[in-house]
Amino acid sequence: MALLIFTIRLSAQNADTGQQLYRTHCFVCHGQEGESIPGVSFRSGQFRRASNDDELSRIVLNGIPGTGMPPTNLNAEERRSLVVYLRSMHDTAAGAKGVGDAGRGMAIFSGKGSCLNCHRTGSKGSRLGPDLSDIGSLRNAAYLEKSLVDPNDTIAPQNRFVHAVTKDGAVINGRRLNEDTHSIQLIDEKERLVSLNKADLREFTLVKTSPMPSYKDKLSSQEITDLVSYLLSLKGSQ
Amino acid sequence: MKKSLLILLPAVASMLAAQVSFDRLLHTDAEPQNWLTYSGSLSGQRYSLLDKITPQNVKNLELKWVFQARSLEKFEATPLVVDGVMYLTEAPDHVFALDAKTGRIFWDYDYRPSKDARVCCGSVNRGLAILGDTLFLGTIDARLIAIDSKSGRPIWNIEVGDPKLGYSVTHAPLVVKDKVIVGVAGGEYGIRGFIAAYEARTGKEAWRFYTVAGPGDPGQKSWDKDSWEHGGAPAWLTGSYDPSLNLIYWGTGNPGPDWNGDDRSGDNLYSDSAVALDADTGKLKWYFQFTPHDEFDYDAVQIPVLVDADWNGSPRKLLMWANRNGFFYVLDRATGKFLAGSPYAKMNWATGLDEAGRPMRAPNMSPSPQGTLIYPNLFGATNWYSPSYSPRTKLFYIPSWQDSNMTMAKTNQQYVAGQRFTGGLPRAANAGRRGTRNTPVEDSSYGSVLAIDPKSGQKKWEFKMSDVTDSGVLTTASDLLFVGGREGYFYGLDARTGSELWRASLGGQMEAGPMTYSIDGKQYVAIAAGQSLFTFALRE
Repeated sequence: MALLIFTIRLSAQNADTGQQLYRTHCFVCHGQEGESIPGVSFRSGQFRRASNDDELSRIVLNGIPGTGMPPTNLNAEERRSLVVYLRSMHDTAAGAKGVGDAGRGMAIFSGKGSCLNCHRTGSKGSRLGPDLSDIGSLRNAAYLEKSLVDPNDTIAPQNRFVHAVTKDGAVINGRRLNEDTHSIQLIDEKERLVSLNKADLREFTLVKTSPMPSYKDKLSSQEITDLVSYLLSLKGSQ
Repeated sequence: MKKSLLILLPAVASMLAAQVSFDRLLHTDAEPQNWLTYSGSLSGQRYSLLDKITPQNVKNLELKWVFQARSLEKFEATPLVVDGVMYLTEAPDHVFALDAKTGRIFWDYDYRPSKDARVCCGSVNRGLAILGDTLFLGTIDARLIAIDSKSGRPIWNIEVGDPKLGYSVTHAPLVVKDKVIVGVAGGEYGIRGFIAAYEARTGKEAWRFYTVAGPGDPGQKSWDKDSWEHGGAPAWLTGSYDPSLNLIYWGTGNPGPDWNGDDRSGDNLYSDSAVALDADTGKLKWYFQFTPHDEFDYDAVQIPVLVDADWNGSPRKLLMWANRNGFFYVLDRATGKFLAGSPYAKMNWATGLDEAGRPMRAPNMSPSPQGTLIYPNLFGATNWYSPSYSPRTKLFYIPSWQDSNMTMAKTNQQYVAGQRFTGGLPRAANAGRRGTRNTPVEDSSYGSVLAIDPKSGQKKWEFKMSDVTDSGVLTTASDLLFVGGREGYFYGLDARTGSELWRASLGGQMEAGPMTYSIDGKQYVAIAAGQSLFTFALRE
């Protein structure tokens, strides 16, 4: 037991050190959540070019030639700490409050919670909101619970909604997929891919709040825990 | 979430995305603003009814937008356009949904193929198929993946073949009814080729037709001993479909090993053939072998072009085929009967076709240990680059390599799983540039677009290029023809005369087929060149 506690403390220390190193060396490109590079998600716990810790450590040392990933001068101990931190980003159970029942959570998801009205899992539900088919691989319990209770606090930039009114008075609402100086691409409420020229718009708002309601007063704390358990079970099929 | 009332604008209404039913795929003529299949229709004609860009105004084409691929691989894809959204692949297996008007990205799906993937000739992908809200992608590690067209998320992902053995899928799948049909590449790895259909909804295999005749198939006698086991005959390009006959037409590739036929005496069925398969069962209705016992790598991997036309005074369902072996063929596509054939490029491996359409082999014209000079070279008089047929001009347009040759030497080679199995060493070709510059001499091969009268097999006109061409051909209802080439020029030609009417220098060679679509009445023409897709429309 003493050895186990020692090991856990050591890992925690490594992770703390690793977090500092992450902020210094990785944060600028990979972002706080490790998801700023398209197609790269440290939260997923899966690394395209590394199948074990040693390979991860080597990538940290050598970078990836031909890509924007540069080499570093971190020593072996520092790299080990950084790898521990990268692995910790995938700790999906972190912050879980109590034990939920994923089966009950699924019933809430498709019933009382009306989640499928906006979200999709597999081939069910709407594409208007973020697809949740593999959300259990990407987010931990604390994050998911926070999203349910206080969605405005956790809405990610790629999930922000837009409200647009054209010069002809047509109203378009949808989830933003892409935006540049002159245009914006979104999926609208009828699940159509729509591209708009900003010059054609009379009004354009990037909505700061999440269109999702808070479930704080709609579900009991046990129901939220059950729902979180169900969401954590969604690991995708690919 | 509260849903607010949405009022449709005309511009937004154009995005009104009905599901792409199979009925829509059957009737692409009813919606020429879209490009719903690899060739634009199930007939494989790569002909568009759009006519806003004409021989008179084509000179006013200007670049509208460019999509720059992240990959440095060859860009061989033809995009789809569905109700204003373009679906495009870049190598190896990266899918994009773009606003077809501006090129801006809606979503992308970056499938990372297994490191086990091995491909003979580039980690390429030529495009997608669509049915309903689902796109279908074949991958270089021989997977077939269904992708949600609205979100880019994978729906199912199934194995077509074992990449460790050299199986891969590089072409755009073909959707017929509720099935997705693909063939495999791997003719240089000793695979046993096949064409297979999968249920679009689930990915479950519905049928499989082996393009190398195996046990129980009378065609197996055309293989010596067990040579059929690694007989190749890949099927690496999209087929065509005739709903009136419910037949799928598909081209098959070279027998293996490519350049040494000593251990596979016989015709090697069904390599280098057109096969007609029942769309529901995959059963072989008929086959026509263009190059029996091929020793030159003359894959019959071309787009089957289906044409309904008068033939000797009677309406007939025709199959037109410009083959890599240098002959142009017309077949009856109901029966596979040979109707006509004639050479369209210099050749020395055959002296002509007999009454049944079988090539008459020239004596001593086979690869030898010391090497034999063969016309055309292994890349063929044409290759996979899409031809086009215009029902208006009634001409068949071939992107061709003229006067190409190569010294083909054979070697002895044993099959080793997953390793190249070619049995030869082609060398000293007279075609194609070396590096960045082209320095052709008197007897160099050159590229051309040939306009052939299918009835006579005679050349109506020829548009020559200094370098060879790997570009497909597109024709339109305004009698325009679009084609590119290795030199980086994208041309608009008069489809009736071959006269050059317009060209743009795109700075990268074209190894893809041009396509066209329209949005809000404005016609666009797109082609991949170098590592980018270029989209043109008339100046405002």
